[in-house]
Amino acid sequence: MGFKRPECLTKESMHYCPGCGHGIIHRLIAEVIDEDYKESKIIGVAPVGCAVFIYDYFNFDFVAAAHGRATAAATGVKRSIPDALVFSYQGDGDIAAIGTSEVIHAATRGENFTAIFVNNGVYAMTGGQMAPTTIPGQVTVSSPYGRDPKVQGYHIKLCEMLVPLDGVAFVARTSIHNLKNIEFTKKAIKRAFEVQMNNEGFSIIEVLSNCPTNWGLSPSESMKRIENEVLKYYSLGIFKDKGRGI
Amino acid sequence: MKLLMKGNEAIAEAALRAGCECFFGYPITPQTELLQYMAKKLLKSGGVFIQAESEVGAINMAYGASSCGKRVMTSSSGPGISLKQEGISYLAGAELPCVIVNIMRGGPGLGNINAAQSDYLQATKGGGHGDYKVIVLAPSSVQEAVELTMKAFELADKYRNPVMILGDGMLGQMMEVVEFDDNYQPQKVEKPWAVTGDRNREKRVTNSLYIVPEELEKHNFKLREKYKKIKENEVMVEEYLADDARVIFVSFGMCARIVKSAVNRLRQAGEKVGLVRPITLWPFPENELKRYASKEEVEFFIDIEMNLGQMLEDVKLSVEGKKTVHFYGRTGGMVPTIQEIMDFYYSLKK
Repeated sequence: MGFKRPECLTKESMHYCPGCGHGIIHRLIAEVIDEDYKESKIIGVAPVGCAVFIYDYFNFDFVAAAHGRATAAATGVKRSIPDALVFSYQGDGDIAAIGTSEVIHAATRGENFTAIFVNNGVYAMTGGQMAPTTIPGQVTVSSPYGRDPKVQGYHIKLCEMLVPLDGVAFVARTSIHNLKNIEFTKKAIKRAFEVQMNNEGFSIIEVLSNCPTNWGLSPSESMKRIENEVLKYYSLGIFKDKGRGI
Repeated sequence: MKLLMKGNEAIAEAALRAGCECFFGYPITPQTELLQYMAKKLLKSGGVFIQAESEVGAINMAYGASSCGKRVMTSSSGPGISLKQEGISYLAGAELPCVIVNIMRGGPGLGNINAAQSDYLQATKGGGHGDYKVIVLAPSSVQEAVELTMKAFELADKYRNPVMILGDGMLGQMMEVVEFDDNYQPQKVEKPWAVTGDRNREKRVTNSLYIVPEELEKHNFKLREKYKKIKENEVMVEEYLADDARVIFVSFGMCARIVKSAVNRLRQAGEKVGLVRPITLWPFPENELKRYASKEEVEFFIDIEMNLGQMLEDVKLSVEGKKTVHFYGRTGGMVPTIQEIMDFYYSLKK
């Protein structure tokens, strides 16, 4: 690929804050589509949250869903057009709070689409409030004294929750805090899309990402925070790959 | 073909004959037979049937499938429709066709499972957030439910708008003989906006987000123009013995059927009464009511509903203060009797 702009990305400049991980993750999806699905039907399902304008950056069809409902909308889309590659793109507030019910049941039904779940531990678009994924001790504007599990409860580990479900074919948690992990994220997206196109069932990739703006850190410091703090609470790896016996 | 069918099942059968390809629902009394009928028939015919995890899930699945250009239906009863309102607002905002059936029960809250007309305001005045309208059709027999269901799919596609069939528990649960036109062919509608994933054309996006205020206002003005067109073209109303009537009853749905019997009895007793039954609750037949209100011989109006007067405001607005509008209603799942309606009429005539 070199440094060429992937063909399935539009020329639109992205609205994300400087140093935000969404740009990297968008590019990885675009590279995988260019490499493996050049001719395929593709439908993305957009979330509510920072990535709400994702449909502006890709040059294929999109359905923009209500907050948390992307996996329900994606269910309707994929059932309507079973030969399309369908993915939802959702933040942690979207998929792991208001959309918990929708994702668990889409996964349980074994819906053949891929959820790309970007976890930066905060509600970023609304100004950095505590998310279900906020780690213990983390200070946010709505957990100003740091998340105390005795008061606000624990962080949610969505991937680990989904693994035991029979309808789930592929689960991975990756990160984009360094090149090695960016490469791993791309591989996981590639595999998840492959699992989907083999009709194996539900696939999800949780990508640990950064939010320099709401974390109050520089882009490079925010990547270090993933490495030094976030990874203590969220382990990386492929947790389930039914087709390969994992 | 003539069949003896339960209202809920007849609506489901009508939807299938109208080309419904996808159904997403959640069980709730008194509409559940509709979902069951779809479960039995739709999967076998190659359609999509999902019993969703919630009403929220169901309406958003409908949103996804409608985005793809499919003919889509979902159904529920009051408490479930409340949950679906979020999705209905999004469907309206994104201009997506969808047929939504509400077989009403008593409310508010959990209320009960008896027949009621408790959701008129919710159905006709928005229900969800934003400046939008849903076309609302109110059948008063199982046969009419069949015809209006078929019509609902046509209207939804024609205007790219959600259409609601508003019935009540009585309509859903009662059995009547219905006749289907076996030669009916659903219209094939081009949907050049539908998301299909095709890469050989300009991309398509179904969306209700207009972040720039000027653009959202423009979108809302555009929707208003559409609603204006619907108001001009799609009003349906039944006028029964109303031509020479001195007192006009107004009632909708199954309740109107009871009123019709009361009108017949009062006529036999020599009383000059008639019935105006709105079939479309939105758009509301304001001009028709206005016409009666302007007639010299009309003394007053009586609005009869199975609620505490939810349609009353619309009747009064249409009458424009030209005549008095009296109201009689039963609520909580209680159904007015013919005698009660007649007694109320005589109490006003004293």
